[in-house]
Amino acid sequence: MNMIDHLPALQVIVPLISAPFCILMRNHMLAWAVAVVASGAAFSLAILSMGFVSDGATLTYAMGGWEAPYGIALEIDAFSALLTVIISGASLLALLAGAASARQQLVDEKQPLFFSAWLLALAGLLGITITADAFNIFVFMEISSLASYVIIAAGPHRKALGAVFKYLVMGTIGATFYLIGVGLIYMMTGTLNLEDIALRLNDVSDQRPIFVAAGFITIGLALKAAVFPLHVWMPNAYNYAPHIVSAFIAACATKVSLYVMMRFDFMVFQPNLVGHEFQFSYFFMPLALIAILSGAVVAALSRDLKRLLAWSSVSQIGYIVLGASLTTEAGLTSAIAHMFNHALAKGGGFLIAMGAALYYTTTRFSNLAGLGKEHPWIAAAFVVIGCSLIGVPGTAGFISKWLLVSAALEQGALGVLIISVVVLSSLLAVVYVWKVVELFYFAPRPEGGSSDVMQVRKPEMLLYMLVLGLVAGANIWFGIMPGEPLALAGQAAQALLGGSL
Amino acid sequence: MVWLDLYHYWVFAILLMIGYFSVIAKRNLVKKLIGLSLFQSAVFLLYITMGKVDGGTAPIIGMTDKTDIFSNPLPQVLILTAIVVGISTTALGLSIVVRIKEAYGSIEEDVIHQKDQVE
Repeated sequence: MNMIDHLPALQVIVPLISAPFCILMRNHMLAWAVAVVASGAAFSLAILSMGFVSDGATLTYAMGGWEAPYGIALEIDAFSALLTVIISGASLLALLAGAASARQQLVDEKQPLFFSAWLLALAGLLGITITADAFNIFVFMEISSLASYVIIAAGPHRKALGAVFKYLVMGTIGATFYLIGVGLIYMMTGTLNLEDIALRLNDVSDQRPIFVAAGFITIGLALKAAVFPLHVWMPNAYNYAPHIVSAFIAACATKVSLYVMMRFDFMVFQPNLVGHEFQFSYFFMPLALIAILSGAVVAALSRDLKRLLAWSSVSQIGYIVLGASLTTEAGLTSAIAHMFNHALAKGGGFLIAMGAALYYTTTRFSNLAGLGKEHPWIAAAFVVIGCSLIGVPGTAGFISKWLLVSAALEQGALGVLIISVVVLSSLLAVVYVWKVVELFYFAPRPEGGSSDVMQVRKPEMLLYMLVLGLVAGANIWFGIMPGEPLALAGQAAQALLGGSL
Repeated sequence: MVWLDLYHYWVFAILLMIGYFSVIAKRNLVKKLIGLSLFQSAVFLLYITMGKVDGGTAPIIGMTDKTDIFSNPLPQVLILTAIVVGISTTALGLSIVVRIKEAYGSIEEDVIHQKDQVE
């Protein structure tokens, strides 16, 4: 059918076109509904394209009829299909669950603007994953970043402003570094199409500018992806953002930058640069190991649920980078699978913070004590999602950690070090998850703290509980039957190392 | 003077570092944003100079011969997009600074930090 041919383009265009419609809606419920419908459409398109690429095929689309490498090509393969599913799924679920939370934290009149910025962020993130053009990636990266600065700055606390300013400065530096790298590559090859760059780099006699470009691009994207020690913008941005935004952004934003980084480093640079593999691995492996440990330690010391989850993200991004830094097929498979599984667990974690804040206004531990007695389902969902963060067998987190450990075992002596770090940080994860579980179930309710601060509407809460149940269920489902995402991750890893798109 | 033949790279590098330095070292948020703008402008110059060919002209159909030397127009087109991105970033950054001023009564990082500590 004709529509199917345009699938890659529709993936971006649907949220992009819906964004102005959101502003036109004067009523906040209508704007929310438009955002939900657009995210739902993007999600179904993502599922549809996942069906097409699951047998190893690639969907390509020449924008405006100009064939690559002269025009801008859109391409969906296994890796990008998995990412589009994560992004649009996170957006849809966060929106569905967050209606009440958005009403609690945002002014009604501002909500149409808020949701249109949300859709722009969604369009930008989806655009990064499906485009095959280096400069186009930069443009989409800036669309998504600018829009996400706006929605993070909507947080009610004034500290959100400081956090966003830091994010804006660091994010812009990261994107500009990426731009410098792309410029150097364009200078040497005269092309911007990723596949074409990979081909033409072969003929470049002077490799020095390419090395410099590889450095700029890798560092710039690492900054955007909050890889340790470039993560300093992230905990505060996640912490002070509105809860609904934390659930969306934490699930997918950093992973998209990691996706671009892996694309560039493995498809473009690896086959063409002498010794790039070792440089990549020696550079990122120590950073990833430190990230895994330090993130978990700070998370274990936190006294606020959102802060804890944000620092746990630093640690979990470490796992993804660690898998990639092994530069083997098994390592990459684990990294890509962990992107999916971590999105499930961390998105779910921030959904719980959102629910807790609905009843107790803040997510500070002193406020949340005894939540399990009054809201047993939220507490139960946290237990499941916490297990997934730790990597308990039977949950999604276990699958990717197991893959990581088996990939590390192939490395011999180095593998032992990696495994000991993974085990140690899993123990730390047990500490921080248990801290919350203990708080929810065994601590007494603080006295005088009247619970229902805001008027909760029945249908909104029902929707929230349904989504939370769905996410918690998915954490178990993909722990027992990891089939589809794992197959895509395996294919993506093969394609990355095969050096062809 | 081989070093000065590539003077446009020197301009790029120096401008880039001036911008980068003020982003890191200045404690005033507006000065930080000015630094950020300089930082981005340096990259614009990198792109624009790379497309220039000595004695080259713009490739416009009907106004030039095929035998003329042409400069590459593509980097300029790319950077037009990047300039728009830069303007939006600065505008958004400034609007956040305005809100910071409203919330804290200051745009000095030290004062803001102090007020955050007090809470």
